[in-house]
Amino acid sequence: MRATALLPTLLAALALAACGGKADAPATAAKPAADALTPFQLEHGIGPVTAPVELAALDQHEAAEGKVLFDQRCASCHKTNERYVGPPLGGVVGRRTPAYVMNMMLAPDQMVQKHPEAKKLLGTYMVQMPAQGLTTEQAREIVEYLRTLPAPPAQ
Amino acid sequence: MRTPSFRQWRPAAFAALALVALAACGRPTSTSSASDAASRVYVAPGEKDEFYAFFSGGFSGQVSVYGLPSGRHFKTIKVFSQDPETGYGYSEQTRAMLNTSYGNVPWDDSHHPELSQTAGVPDGRWLFINGNNTPRIARMDLTSMETAEIIEIPHSAGNHASPFVTENTEYTVAATRFSVPTPQRDVPIDTYRENFAGVLSFVKVDSSTGRMALAFQIRVPGYDYDLSSAGKGPSHGWVFFTSYNSEEASTLLEVNASQRDKDFVAAVNWKRAEACVAQGKGTREPARYAHNIVGPDHIARTEWGTSVTVITPMNCPGLAYFLPTPKSPHGANVDPTGELIAAGGKLATVIPVFSFRKMLAAIEANAVDTVIHGIPVLQYDAVLAGEVPEPGLGPLHTEFDGQGNGYTSMFVSSEVVKWSTTTFQVLDRIPAYYAIGHLMIPGGDSRKPWGKYLIALNKITKDRYLPTGPELTQSAQLIDITGERMQILLDFPTVGEPHYAQALPASLIQDRQLKIYDLAHNTDPWAARGESEAGITRRGRTVHVKMTAIRSHFMPDNIEGIQVGDSVFFHITNVEQDWDVPHGFAVTGINNAELLVMPGQTRSIVWVPTKPGVFPFYCTDFCSALHQEMQGYVRVSPRGSSVPLTANTTRR
Repeated sequence: MRATALLPTLLAALALAACGGKADAPATAAKPAADALTPFQLEHGIGPVTAPVELAALDQHEAAEGKVLFDQRCASCHKTNERYVGPPLGGVVGRRTPAYVMNMMLAPDQMVQKHPEAKKLLGTYMVQMPAQGLTTEQAREIVEYLRTLPAPPAQ
Repeated sequence: MRTPSFRQWRPAAFAALALVALAACGRPTSTSSASDAASRVYVAPGEKDEFYAFFSGGFSGQVSVYGLPSGRHFKTIKVFSQDPETGYGYSEQTRAMLNTSYGNVPWDDSHHPELSQTAGVPDGRWLFINGNNTPRIARMDLTSMETAEIIEIPHSAGNHASPFVTENTEYTVAATRFSVPTPQRDVPIDTYRENFAGVLSFVKVDSSTGRMALAFQIRVPGYDYDLSSAGKGPSHGWVFFTSYNSEEASTLLEVNASQRDKDFVAAVNWKRAEACVAQGKGTREPARYAHNIVGPDHIARTEWGTSVTVITPMNCPGLAYFLPTPKSPHGANVDPTGELIAAGGKLATVIPVFSFRKMLAAIEANAVDTVIHGIPVLQYDAVLAGEVPEPGLGPLHTEFDGQGNGYTSMFVSSEVVKWSTTTFQVLDRIPAYYAIGHLMIPGGDSRKPWGKYLIALNKITKDRYLPTGPELTQSAQLIDITGERMQILLDFPTVGEPHYAQALPASLIQDRQLKIYDLAHNTDPWAARGESEAGITRRGRTVHVKMTAIRSHFMPDNIEGIQVGDSVFFHITNVEQDWDVPHGFAVTGINNAELLVMPGQTRSIVWVPTKPGVFPFYCTDFCSALHQEMQGYVRVSPRGSSVPLTANTTRR
């Protein structure tokens, strides 16, 4: 996200530099670690969820809401226990943190472009995961549903 | 996603090039008028236009959406004409939109877009447009920019003076261009004077839902009713209709309807009409008409009207008055104060401007020349505020800038004339290329015009563009009206004939645009709100396929057990919930249309295979890197085959 925010400034700086005008930002502001991820991002993903999500006891009601959403918005590409268009999702909460799973749902474009794990999966599955217009609350409900799924047998 | 053709963005591209060439670092180095004009219509890549403009499509039957000042074309709203590109008018959900009492009429001639108004100002809720051929009014929803409703107007023939709205969109009106026998019956044409009549229809608009209902009709003499505009402020409660052919000719009208020195503007007091209807002075007459409404499930259905309340000026004194108006008037346009009514007589040598205040005084003083079918004809001099002298040839239509100026299009001399609404003197004139019909100022027919630009809507382009064989484009011209002198900034081609247009600041509606349809609220009976709901069923010779689409596969994508001659309904649900990701659907040899399905929406199309084989279907709207993989097969067997009906719904 930080890198995205910097981009317009950089472009503006470049444009001004090219025109020989006075630049407000240094024209050579190539920060060395512009696309390096923070430890938080590496663990929890890149997207609107910027703090760890703590799991409490399973909320059955939320999980049921999450299943309805999953069937409509996710199941066209994900099964729970086998590969489909995308990877199986049984046991994903555990392999990844809840915040990571939510960021993958909420900002798949950024994840696939910037996060090393998501990049790796794109290499395997070849399909860019579409954003499905979920709110943060809906993504949290789907996490609750995913918690109920057992991990698939070892592949 | 459909991209506008090259010609639509070419002007902006030239503007961009000119700007770049002349002002490489954003500071113009030249003040020549071409570069000045270019910079004023240049909307940089990624920037947005200041106004939305809605243009009628004329013989295309549709409405097209443009940005101003760039003149860029964004969308064509499907209204009266079938559109095989999206399936509008072909799909099971939209076919009923084109139902009429004449059967399904899959085209029309759309003339006058009209924005809904609150307190006399466009409010950005709905857009109305008339179908001139088979009399209809359509209402579009400005959050989806889709047609929501179409109502047919019975007893009418050529719905031209329509669909102008009253100050708070209480009514949208519809006056007949052609007088006909009402109700329709088989009579000799030369009995015109005995048997033909006109009707002025008032269609009530529900203030919360926008839903239309035919409230009442006024039966008037058998003239041709041409255009109208509603009173506002002091004249709220009145609508002014122009008429021509007061000669009541039925043949060679170009000569025989141009005999008299004056025709009429009909001033109609609709509040008086409401009172007469409430007092039971109307008669209920049988009239069959279609009313097509898109329901909450996004499916259009037809409700049939069976009768209409008709009142006559004879039975309702005070309902209507005629204002004598020179020579076949076209526009009758009320100024922002509500006091002045400018009438454009196509063959007149002046623009008469009537005073609403003087009209009321003339009624009070009984300053009447004669009475026609119960309609008093007021004395011309008693109602006149002034005449604009020597305006040009063929005054047609007037709008206002809110700064005390009227702008009238001159068809014959092909120019726009600016005149003062206080002195009635001509202040400026500018040529239009060519044959200007209407003109439009954003809000220029309302109480508060955004008087920055004027659009000339031209019928003929001749030598203005690269030639394209015998059939040439029509065009619009953007004119800056902020200075003392008008200045032409831009020409741009239009979709079909731009009879009229409306515009409003983008800020009024751009943030209210729908991005997707909510899949969870998709109540189409054939929706598959996820792959688990996809499937296939046979009912006799009819097969229903419920299919999902997402980047980038259909489910099911292998179908077997179809037989030659089956009616195969493909019900495609786009289960995406992301903005700007439509999916298309097409199968080899389908005889009606492809489908374009928006996120969260279900659209259905029927295919009747004519020969055995295996036929591919695919997505016609580029959706992702794997769009070319978005395909499937249907196996068609001979009639009577024992191949079982199957569709994969879960296989990888």
